[in-house]
Amino acid sequence: MIEEELRHPYDKFLRRDRIPHIWCEGCGNGIILNCFARALDELDMDLDKVAVVSGIGCIGRISGYTNTDSFHTTHGRPIAFATGVKLANPDLTVAVISGDGDLFAIGGNHFIHAARRNLDIKVICANNFIYGMTGGQGGPTTPMETWTTTTPYGNIEQAFNLVHLAAACGAVYVARWTTLQTRWLTESIKKALQKEGFSFVEIISECPEIFGRYNKMDTALKMMNWFKEASVVEHFSDPAKAEITPNRIVVGEFVDIEKPSYGRLLKEMREKASQKKTGE
Amino acid sequence: MTVTAPLVEKPRIVRPGPRFTSGDIACAEGALAAGCRFFAGYPITPATEIAEHMSRRLPEIGGVYIQMEDEIASMAAVIGASYAGVKAMTATSGPGFSLMQENIGLAVMTETPCVLVNVMRGGPSTGQPTMPGQQDVMQARWGSHGDYEIIALAPSSVQEMFDLTVDAFNLAETYRVPTFVLADEIVGHMWERVTIPEAESIRIVNRKKPRESPSPEFAPFKPDADLVPPMAVFGQGYHFHATGLTHDERGYPRTESVEVQTRLVQRLCNKIRQNRDKIIRVQGSMLEDAEVAVVAYGIAARAALSAVKKARAEGIKAGLLRLVTLWPFPDEHVGQVAKRVKAIVVPEMNCGQIVREVERASKETPVTFLSKLGEEPHKPDEILEAMRGTLK
Repeated sequence: MIEEELRHPYDKFLRRDRIPHIWCEGCGNGIILNCFARALDELDMDLDKVAVVSGIGCIGRISGYTNTDSFHTTHGRPIAFATGVKLANPDLTVAVISGDGDLFAIGGNHFIHAARRNLDIKVICANNFIYGMTGGQGGPTTPMETWTTTTPYGNIEQAFNLVHLAAACGAVYVARWTTLQTRWLTESIKKALQKEGFSFVEIISECPEIFGRYNKMDTALKMMNWFKEASVVEHFSDPAKAEITPNRIVVGEFVDIEKPSYGRLLKEMREKASQKKTGE
Repeated sequence: MTVTAPLVEKPRIVRPGPRFTSGDIACAEGALAAGCRFFAGYPITPATEIAEHMSRRLPEIGGVYIQMEDEIASMAAVIGASYAGVKAMTATSGPGFSLMQENIGLAVMTETPCVLVNVMRGGPSTGQPTMPGQQDVMQARWGSHGDYEIIALAPSSVQEMFDLTVDAFNLAETYRVPTFVLADEIVGHMWERVTIPEAESIRIVNRKKPRESPSPEFAPFKPDADLVPPMAVFGQGYHFHATGLTHDERGYPRTESVEVQTRLVQRLCNKIRQNRDKIIRVQGSMLEDAEVAVVAYGIAARAALSAVKKARAEGIKAGLLRLVTLWPFPDEHVGQVAKRVKAIVVPEMNCGQIVREVERASKETPVTFLSKLGEEPHKPDEILEAMRGTLK
């Protein structure tokens, strides 16, 4: 008799010896990992040719769980690292999966320039509005008048509107979903993975453990209810008007345009240069 | 039936023979000769010419030149390219070197072969961009946080900008460690005659590859007897993980284990320390009967050699120990010279950095330090005067 171990159909996308993960109960990161695996599966991607790069923070640990080549960089630097990977081996699909603090505070400069160059990488940002790993401090995406461990009187800083930023910097694909809209989210990750050029998917993700507790939503269910009540699907609406407020989270696709990627232009330039051969 | 691979003429990347060129250009050509095909950098005086030269040369031979948004990104991109299997480098000067320290630590921790050229200028801060300096030698050794070892070489001539850049790649690939070429503004901007060797006579070392096929048990950080793990790269099916966190041989984070931390950090240091004999290079001149020795490196060693010759002409038994390798520091070589001479003179273009190492290695032998800051390197007569002073 052949005994078959019961396995989850997406086990092959995970490093099973790294599970259980370190994320808190109710955290949205598991949903993001699930949707990413689903996207890889539905596209039937060759996992040998996928590299997952992450920075520092809760979601940063995702690179340790995906069964692909993966790299966990210094804080804020996954896009810069991914630039080297993608240009040195253009055959790879390079996905940067990291957090809002990592990608838009300490790493903000790398984001805007990779988008400007239209570097062919896929940036997936888990936006939980805070620095989770260090205990819930405010950051560049913390909405005004919300509470965190470092905004005890309510946040007085304007928050980044990430889809607006990405669109302004030149991204060819920009979408935003919450962890509630998993089917749409998976479709957007699939689009990003297939699209040539700098693609950006923002995922509003729940952190009931810290952001939720500080803002009267101390369970995943309460946060999901917020996403449900506040989400408005408005495809290809003006990203400038997609600021996140307690009453309104505009989700959908914002940008889907064609533009030659940096890699393509580099290849063309190399062909020209190789004819020239100036030598030293 | 024997299947023979078609003979493909190896493209001659670097033209051999003599030429008149600058240190920065020679450095770039040395990198190309060593197999470098990726350069990420940011413009900075006096290293910009390396980037400019690479921006022209790399696309011609199928390589990648990219100007990043800053030096933090440059160093990160270099690590990414190296993990994608391509020999990679960056070049900078003091302010950029400071920004790179973060990811130099990452390169150390993830054992990334890469080369970083620092054409040193006057600091601190923005300092004197167009003036020479040797003020970053301690930063090269200790600049990133945590305990680690790196390799640093100090070229004294345009020829050495070529030769030592080749060596730097070979050392980086051998030991999987970031390797520095610590040049200075004079060596970088100076034009001299150099001779580029024939491609066949340039020794090229490539990193060890994993001997086993991909498997779920693959351990990307399991070292060989030389303490250096063979290096898997992205895209070959190994599905391995690398992280700046303390990690085990599988590459998995082990932030809780004292044992894993101890074993990893000690190995990162020991893979360099136990191979000191193979890494360290010095050059001795007229040391056999010397009573006073100059210990110098980089541009200061040029004036020192001239000073030693002048001293000999006056009957002073002088010699020169030129440090080609700065890190790991050549303790034994300095110690041996110190035992034989009555005094040592150390000229440096800083306020006293390598001299501390020389003092430590020299034990009882008195060491005179000769500081120089600003536009001009030491004059031979200044070093000669210091030598005379030690024998009074």
